[in-house]
Amino acid sequence: MKTVNKAIPSVDGLGIMLGRPAFTDDLADVSSLIVKVLRSPHAFARIKSINKEKALNLSGVEMVLTHQDFPRKPFTRAGQGYPEPSPHDKFVLDEYVRYVGDEVAAVVAKDEETAEAALALLDVEYDILEPVLNYQEAMDHKAVVHPEPEIHEMFPIGFEPKRNIAAAYGMDFGNLDDAFSESDVIIEETFTTQAQAHVMMEPHTVNARLDVQNRLIIYSSTQTPFHVRRILSQALAIPMHKIRVIKPRVGGGFGGKQAIHGELLVAWVTYKTGKPAKMVYTRKEVFESSYTRHPMTLKIKLGATKSGKLKAIDWYVLSNTGAYGEHALTVFMVAGSKVLPLYNKVDAARFHGHVVYTNHTPAGAYRGYGAIQGNFALESAVDILCEKLQIDPIVFRRKNMILEGETSPVFEIMGEGTEGTAMNMETCKLDYCLDKGLELIDWKNKYPRVPLENGKIKSVGMALAMQGSGIPYIDMGAATIKLNDDGFYNLTVGATDIGQGSDTILAQIAAETLDVPIEKVVVYSSDTDLTPFDVGAYASSTTFVSGNAVYKAARHMREMIVKEAAEILDVDTSEIVFGGDVILVKNSEATISMRDLSNRITYNEDQKQLTATSSYYGTKSPPPFMAGFIEIDIDPETGEIDIVDYVSVVDCGVPINIKLAQGQVEGGIVQGLGMAHFEVVKSSSKGQLITNDLLKYKIPTSADIPKLTTAFAKSYEDSGPYGAKSVGEIGIDTPPAALANAVYNALGVRITDLPITSEKIILALQNKKNKESH
Amino acid sequence: MKVKFVLNGVERDFEVKAGEYLLDTLRKHNILSVKKGCDASSCGVCTVLKNGKPVLSCSILTARCEGLSITTVEGEKAEVEKFYSYFGAEGADQCGFCNPATALTVIAMKRELKNPSESAIRQYMVGNLCRCSGYVAQNKAILNYLEDQS
Repeated sequence: MKTVNKAIPSVDGLGIMLGRPAFTDDLADVSSLIVKVLRSPHAFARIKSINKEKALNLSGVEMVLTHQDFPRKPFTRAGQGYPEPSPHDKFVLDEYVRYVGDEVAAVVAKDEETAEAALALLDVEYDILEPVLNYQEAMDHKAVVHPEPEIHEMFPIGFEPKRNIAAAYGMDFGNLDDAFSESDVIIEETFTTQAQAHVMMEPHTVNARLDVQNRLIIYSSTQTPFHVRRILSQALAIPMHKIRVIKPRVGGGFGGKQAIHGELLVAWVTYKTGKPAKMVYTRKEVFESSYTRHPMTLKIKLGATKSGKLKAIDWYVLSNTGAYGEHALTVFMVAGSKVLPLYNKVDAARFHGHVVYTNHTPAGAYRGYGAIQGNFALESAVDILCEKLQIDPIVFRRKNMILEGETSPVFEIMGEGTEGTAMNMETCKLDYCLDKGLELIDWKNKYPRVPLENGKIKSVGMALAMQGSGIPYIDMGAATIKLNDDGFYNLTVGATDIGQGSDTILAQIAAETLDVPIEKVVVYSSDTDLTPFDVGAYASSTTFVSGNAVYKAARHMREMIVKEAAEILDVDTSEIVFGGDVILVKNSEATISMRDLSNRITYNEDQKQLTATSSYYGTKSPPPFMAGFIEIDIDPETGEIDIVDYVSVVDCGVPINIKLAQGQVEGGIVQGLGMAHFEVVKSSSKGQLITNDLLKYKIPTSADIPKLTTAFAKSYEDSGPYGAKSVGEIGIDTPPAALANAVYNALGVRITDLPITSEKIILALQNKKNKESH
Repeated sequence: MKVKFVLNGVERDFEVKAGEYLLDTLRKHNILSVKKGCDASSCGVCTVLKNGKPVLSCSILTARCEGLSITTVEGEKAEVEKFYSYFGAEGADQCGFCNPATALTVIAMKRELKNPSESAIRQYMVGNLCRCSGYVAQNKAILNYLEDQS
């Protein structure tokens, strides 16, 4: 291969580093009205009145919007395909506010200062209600977060808002009672995972203007431009053909920009006033008023025989979706569906649980999407089980983990909000990932621990993981390739580059197929007027789903070119040899260059435009797999952890771009380490967010991460473009369990509550000492 | 009020409000490489060089820039292109929102530190947050650039 599986620099990297206008706010109209939101100071309240007179009298204030200005029509901001598996439980503005930071009203003014001043002049009277802040107590709490009658589910998701239940689900297979009674060893443990903030560097940003056809042109920093168009149309009752959503360069998303944020208010302002408008979230708003990862409590019970056969997994999950149910059901289901199949040889398993409403910042999509929470629980529990069995956890995993050619009943039972899709693992190099990782981390010389001369203890820990490659039968991506005169191509895709490099890898796939250097494929993505549809950048779908669409379109373009060449050269198409820049004829001197061919059909003879459009949806979702290994030096006096190395060995099929795939894995690892070790969204007893800036919510810095070792298994997934599976999320899954296992291996204390801080380690050591002395 | 300073090698007059920050002045004047990522001087994406030293433009009043030299990537094109050849080769760029600030900080480091160790490099870069890359590919690119170009 000439272009695929190479380390090609991003097509747009230099231009962005040089500061050329690329991001949403770089493209805002300079005369934009500024839209700002008054946010609730209360966790739960009914708005009795909003006096907007003083604000409206301020010079430069264009309008003040309250819930009375919008049609009362519930929708979901989740940014999923239609109909959504998330409840329609949100109004553009509502008379209830359901968390500190929820939208009360919006002001529209000529500049920032005036907008800020106007916010301070709004007089709001609240009827303060008792909030639901502890999600363990949310179900059947006397306070109901969503009492309003209009809200509804789009299809059965277990929605019972009167009981504060946003979604519920249960599945089982095999005979659980028999499987446990046949087990020699049973362990039960409860794990908890925290809310994590996305902290993409570019805050949520949107701007809008009307064009000369009186259409609404929206620039949005979004992962899902086509869903944004649909949701705006549905929620604001603006005809969809009047809306164009353009996704410029996006400064990171990680799931946080799958849902829609300021788009509704900004679109409404421009639609009503005819004037350009914009909104850029402050960092405080990003923390307080966008989304977090769903906090979960995961109760897990495992049973195994003495010989080390895992017999049964019984699993209950309680998930906290906060004030709105975006991604409530599906994130919770993925905690099971993308974790359970790792151990596919069990006789029986059950996975069930509830997702509850509380009066906190809503939870939403976040890289890993439930799998990181589920992975922490199961991969910690497996090590606990092995300890009790006195079996080496590596030996145990080798014996019980899923292998190539195998399947799991979970694939067929559990989809994302619906039934799943049965599939065999045509590629699963977990065995290689495990062996290679053991070698790279030097496990045999470090497991379980090595006392160091400086008093610290070196230890290692590991976990296995899997993810998916798009949602089968749901996620669709499309691509159009156009041949230009001079013999170069345009590739337009609905797929959404949010920094992961999809424009580059999709151009690589097209260039490889059309046998040209990547420079000859000019890529443009995500513009609802100009590019074909794509669901957007989520669910690890882009490489596999959108990549397959690009591959199909490029193959189609090749066929069209061969047909043209055959006519020009007056031979049968079977005689044509497609050589990229030149077209040849078998056993003949006859030839035509692509430049001549394209110029001829553009200007001279039998003129025409060649375009090929193809689309793709998966009939399966081949999982990427990985084995993750952490090496830490831990101080037994202080609990301080030095992360020495993190080894990732990944089976993502053929990486389309080696360096960009490595970047996806390593970026995921470091976000996962943040969640494993110290990141935590904290709020006060009244529901006010404490961690509302980057000084109080720390993310890993350059100084925290000395070394990452990343390797790829040799793997070729037949159903993927050039053998590729997706790789966007898999990196984030293993760090919590790997770190928990390493801490246990070092000190013999098991932390079951994320994040694994030094403080928790010291407390656990003290508890252990107290128990031992009694 | 009027302020005069050298922006990317050219002395210019700026009409600013008393409380206006340099970040806002620059963006208003179409210097779009400087970004706003936080409200607490803690993310680094608004970094500019003030008389050659990296500083956060979100925390400097433009009124206090009288007579200074302010540099952004727009004024360091050749050096940024050189640095990018290493950065892009490692696939370190990802979303790119922090990349102009990263490039400026690295260019300043190259001029300030002689043969910095790997850990000194990581310490120098500690104020430039990146949520995408995991830093290791970036640091490798920085190391390669400093080794080859210093």
